[in-house]
Amino acid sequence: MIYLEARNVVKQYAEHTALSGVSLQVPKGCVYGLLGPNGAGKTTLIRIINRITAPDSGEVLIEGHPSQASDIYKIGYLPEERGLYKKMKVGEHAVFLAQLKGLSKRDAEQKIAFWFDKFDITSWKNKKVEELSKGMQQKVQFIATVIHDPELLILDEPFSGFDPVNAELLKREILELKAKGKTIILSTHNMESVETLCDEITLINKSQAVLQGNVKDIKEKYKTDEFNVVVKGNSFDIDSGLFSVEAQEMNEGITGVRIKKSQDVSNSRVIGEISGKYEVVSFNEILPSMNEIFIQTVTNK
Amino acid sequence: MKALKLIIQREYLTRIKKKSFLILTILMPAIFIGVIFLPIWLSGIKDSEAKHIAVIDPTGKYASHLQSSDEYKFDITDHNPGHLVSEGGSELYGILQVTDDLSVNPKAITFYSEKQAPIGLLSYINSTLSEVVKSEKLSTLSSRDNIDPKVLTEIREITQSRNNVSVTTMRWDENGAEKETSTAIASGIGGVITLLMYMFILMYGAMVMNGVVEEKSNRIVEVLISSVRPFDLMMGKIIGIGLVGLTQLLIWAVLLGVVSASAGTWLTSSGMSDAAPMLTNMELLFSVNWIEILICFLLFFVGGYLIYASIFAIIGAAVDNAQDTQQFVMPVTLIFIFALYVGIYSIQNPDGPLAFWCSLIPITSPIVMMVRIPFGVPLWQEVLSVAILYISIVLVVKFAAKIYRVGILMYGKKPSMKEIIKWFSYK
Repeated sequence: MIYLEARNVVKQYAEHTALSGVSLQVPKGCVYGLLGPNGAGKTTLIRIINRITAPDSGEVLIEGHPSQASDIYKIGYLPEERGLYKKMKVGEHAVFLAQLKGLSKRDAEQKIAFWFDKFDITSWKNKKVEELSKGMQQKVQFIATVIHDPELLILDEPFSGFDPVNAELLKREILELKAKGKTIILSTHNMESVETLCDEITLINKSQAVLQGNVKDIKEKYKTDEFNVVVKGNSFDIDSGLFSVEAQEMNEGITGVRIKKSQDVSNSRVIGEISGKYEVVSFNEILPSMNEIFIQTVTNK
Repeated sequence: MKALKLIIQREYLTRIKKKSFLILTILMPAIFIGVIFLPIWLSGIKDSEAKHIAVIDPTGKYASHLQSSDEYKFDITDHNPGHLVSEGGSELYGILQVTDDLSVNPKAITFYSEKQAPIGLLSYINSTLSEVVKSEKLSTLSSRDNIDPKVLTEIREITQSRNNVSVTTMRWDENGAEKETSTAIASGIGGVITLLMYMFILMYGAMVMNGVVEEKSNRIVEVLISSVRPFDLMMGKIIGIGLVGLTQLLIWAVLLGVVSASAGTWLTSSGMSDAAPMLTNMELLFSVNWIEILICFLLFFVGGYLIYASIFAIIGAAVDNAQDTQQFVMPVTLIFIFALYVGIYSIQNPDGPLAFWCSLIPITSPIVMMVRIPFGVPLWQEVLSVAILYISIVLVVKFAAKIYRVGILMYGKKPSMKEIIKWFSYK
């Protein structure tokens, strides 16, 4: 089931086009990566989904209906550039933000008590925001994003400013939300987190969606039929029409080789060929990383 | 609607709860009084040493009439020292030289000094010697035979009497009933209200602007904007801060009430002899239509604040940091100072064309109209002015909201006026 859909969204500013006909479909309960270089139009798209700005043409559908004003309560948005009122107390600030999301004061206080406890920040409640470190403020902002139990979460660079321990905490939290059936849009430059978290992605470059789909399928599409093979022995010397040897490296009786498979050859035949001559220790396909795919896609076009 | 209420609440409470608000509210009247009275007090301080002035009067008729005071000492000498050192060796401030009979040649007197002579000294010399010349001329008249000495004595009395005419001003209302009024009190009320308006609108308008800049520069606006409409965010700020201003006014009104009530009881209980003129002044104070003034003040105060606060909100939204606001604040302040000057001028001529037109134009009307109202303004003008003001507010707020909505999400380069106008057309 598709939770969020954007159809042919166009947004034009005075001098430049931020989005020229971007469409995407975000299935319910998945982590959806929104990737692209700086200035590609990601933030504009996110703002349109959040109804902060309106598209010049095209539409946004939520659960199959054109999005309407009350939909903002179903969305939790963590912007990339985020701040808090410095002079407010942390607890009061969180209540204020939760109330803006439509919660009553009592509900807000209860939920904040729960989340503050979960993130281990209850002791900060009466401190002023300006006394907190950036990472601490990020936690408060994340809580403000999820406090009203939204169905759709839009997280723009959620990991920036977090130390590795807290980044891990956040990752777990995202996966937990996903397990509860929430839909999450993740916009980030951190390709490693895309690999570990995202099910599907859209790559936006120069205001257009240039690459879209399931992460596994995309990797499959971009693979180069290269393999890492490790065999026992002091050399690797097979001359076969099935593959070519790209590089090899020998180390104490173990030889590692990178081979490139010829077209329309099955993996079993390659393994058969090699194992006929050597004892195979391992045989791994080299899949391109999202990082490589990102760079390749953005620089080629 | 709920979001608007929350924003107003936050803006209001965070400001009211600050210690600086309380301190400022109490200190402000003291500073205000200080600013008015300090220069008056300072100008009253006299030089510690009297200034010596040598008077050379060959006619012998005038020098003796000049009285020495704490400030000036007139030393009569018979020859011109030619330089500013007296015979005793002390320094002279100036030399007053009479060369001829002043009743014949009134210009035959010169004051020499190193510095420009102060106006107070010159007017003292002028008025004293004019009197001397006048009575001298009258004496010459009396020596003629054809004039009755009695007539002369009467003439002398008339010229010396200082019974000036004092006009009593009365105002007729529509029913023809008359009441005694005071132009001085009307001017005073107009002046105080003008200053109050000027101060408040600029101060609280700037507060709106700084609030918007703060939200924008620390990016809280990005967080808020996903759950609040920009219009609510802007209006919430303007209304919340406006309420802080009204609260401050209310506190002052209560303070003023307490102070004047206690002063009143003190006056009557001490049974002071000069309480009588005070009481007539009080009566005159009540002759002013306070209800009309109060209603108009609230309407124009709120209206003036709304219009300027919206303009300040646009400025705040257009720039990234507080330093960049200056360039845009300048023209607004200039318009405002213009309104202030028209207001001050209107005290002298409350029904002149400048006062009339400026009390209808919405950016100057709050100040100028409030100056005119204590003098009495036809109801239709008041209603028209309020109507124009509030219609303009709706338009300005709508315009401001459109610019604000785009501006708060624009970072980087400071936009030009042209670009800001262009934002208006964004969807």
